[in-house]
Amino acid sequence: MYEGVVQNLIDELGRLPGVGPKSAQRIAFHLLAADPADVERLTKALKEVKDKVRFCRTCGNVAEEEECRICRDARRDPSVICVVEESKDVVAIEKTREFRGRYHVLGGAISPIEGVGPEDLRIRELMQRLADGTITELILATDPNLEGEATATYLARLVKPMGLTVTRLASGLPVGGDLEYADEVTLGRAFEGRRLLDV
Amino acid sequence: MHVAHLSLQDFRSYATAEVALEPGVTAFVGPNGQGKTNLVEAVGYVASHGSHRAATDAPLVRQGAPRAIVRAGIVKDGRKALIELEINPGRANRARLNRSPVPRPREILGMLRSVLFAPEDLTLVKGDPGERRRFLDELLTARAPRFAGVRSDYERILKQRNALLKSAAAHRRSPGPEVLATLDVWDSHLARSGAELLAARLELVAALRPLVAQAYAALAPAGGAADLAYKSSLGDIGLSTDRGQLADQLLKGVADSRRQELERGVSLVGPHRDELVLSLGEMPARGYASHGESWSFALALRLAAFDLLRADGDDPVLILDDVFAELDAGRRSRLAERVAPAEQVLITAAVPADVPDELTGCSFSVADGQVVRD
Ligand SMILES: Nc1ncnc2c1ncn2[C@@H]1O[C@H](COP(=O)(O)OP(=O)(O)OP(=O)(O)O)[C@@H](O)[C@H]1O
Ligand SMILES: [Mg+2]
Ligand SMILES: [Zn+2]
Repeated sequence: MYEGVVQNLIDELGRLPGVGPKSAQRIAFHLLAADPADVERLTKALKEVKDKVRFCRTCGNVAEEEECRICRDARRDPSVICVVEESKDVVAIEKTREFRGRYHVLGGAISPIEGVGPEDLRIRELMQRLADGTITELILATDPNLEGEATATYLARLVKPMGLTVTRLASGLPVGGDLEYADEVTLGRAFEGRRLLDV
Repeated sequence: MHVAHLSLQDFRSYATAEVALEPGVTAFVGPNGQGKTNLVEAVGYVASHGSHRAATDAPLVRQGAPRAIVRAGIVKDGRKALIELEINPGRANRARLNRSPVPRPREILGMLRSVLFAPEDLTLVKGDPGERRRFLDELLTARAPRFAGVRSDYERILKQRNALLKSAAAHRRSPGPEVLATLDVWDSHLARSGAELLAARLELVAALRPLVAQAYAALAPAGGAADLAYKSSLGDIGLSTDRGQLADQLLKGVADSRRQELERGVSLVGPHRDELVLSLGEMPARGYASHGESWSFALALRLAAFDLLRADGDDPVLILDDVFAELDAGRRSRLAERVAPAEQVLITAAVPADVPDELTGCSFSVADGQVVRD
């Protein structure tokens, strides 16, 4: 254990995803030794994201305004929604340039082990978007692992009475994987070859 | 196939060990507690990514060391390959094949195949149903490594489903529509993945039955006939190996027991609740068979596994850890005859007299952490 403030910093860093106690310690000491101007820039960036960035009221993606850039873009196809788990998945899919519709970010996947049920995801918001009939196709692009599959099945069943076209990204994505880490080519192909989901 | 070289670093009692091996019979002989089993356990680990006597990886790492490394140079159809496994307890293990990292150790499962006989095998006959399910599943994985994925998917689905059932059970009030709809989803995934596992187990048991009967008769000619039967938690409803049909049956099975499952907070139907029933003559082996009969049955199961893997093509490496000391002279020589033709047989024994005469080959002395060729 280190003295008060240093240990506080290590504890806070250790709470970040992917940062174990050893890395937290390394980052903390790096910051202690760093140029004050560098640290200043980091704190400013941290403060700014929290002040300026929020979540799009329509799709749940990160946004600097009420609505995100994609929801505001009139050239995007309003009839297709691609459902993803996280904002980072939007970035991964945008990179492929295969998709011209809009998104819906769920904020996770169904995982009883972690206490995440459908009511903890932005599913009610999705149902509201589907209500007016503009949207005719739903692409379920949750992660290709068990929790992502379960979430896709859940959604497909939920919207079934609405008679939309519901597709799932084609396999070819690494199973047990994270959408974010699929490379652009694989992800692009998965979009082209998406299959109808029957449940 | 055979192992041509085994190299250990911080594995069990060994800080380092280098052992050059040949096809044919190799015996490791030495007093108790000197590290004979540790050596062959390492070979088994390379084949199955698990130990035959430890449920987790932690005991495999030498006391005080951060990780263990096992390297095996293998020869398969005349071609050489180098398998390297880094065992990191509590974290993901890492693997390399011919010095290149592979994304996941699971991808090189099945490169080396082995069948390991050990005193612990007695639990196959006398132990809980879980031991026999594991026997089937490990054999499935040895024959078709993709079953490692099927098994881990199934286990994960089960965990998720049990977590959901448990939280529903804890709330006492009748579960809301969202919980039930989520449960429906996990039911369908359990049925699909469970059907895959169940079908494969049923096919495996059908293939094993004549081999086990024959192996048992060879080992214990005077005894009753050994037989296997797969008993599904779905009850006696006549199961085919049609995956679609099994999935439907599983789906119906979980639907029928939903109320009970919600009350108890666990999944009560599926391959995780099934049993492989072993019988000798008219009686079940578990609870009825004598010690010697149980031993012969356990050996017969392993021999059948060996026969099956062998029929797939390449001979698996046979590992016999301390088995001959337990057997009478007749069974000892009959077992030796059965295993002698294998491409490679690795034996451990505390005294040279425990290595049957039928199994001549080279031998190593194991003492004080040293493995020395005689
Ligand atoms: N993780 C570990 N770190 C250090 N030593 C270990 C570890 N695990 C086991 N050992 C030691 O290894 C020794 C046992 O080795 P092993 O089981 O190979 O013996 P053996 O030669 O097969 O003996 P036996 O004839 O009794 O079966 C024990 O002395 C045990 O303390
Ligand atoms: Mg031993
Ligand atoms: Zn938006």
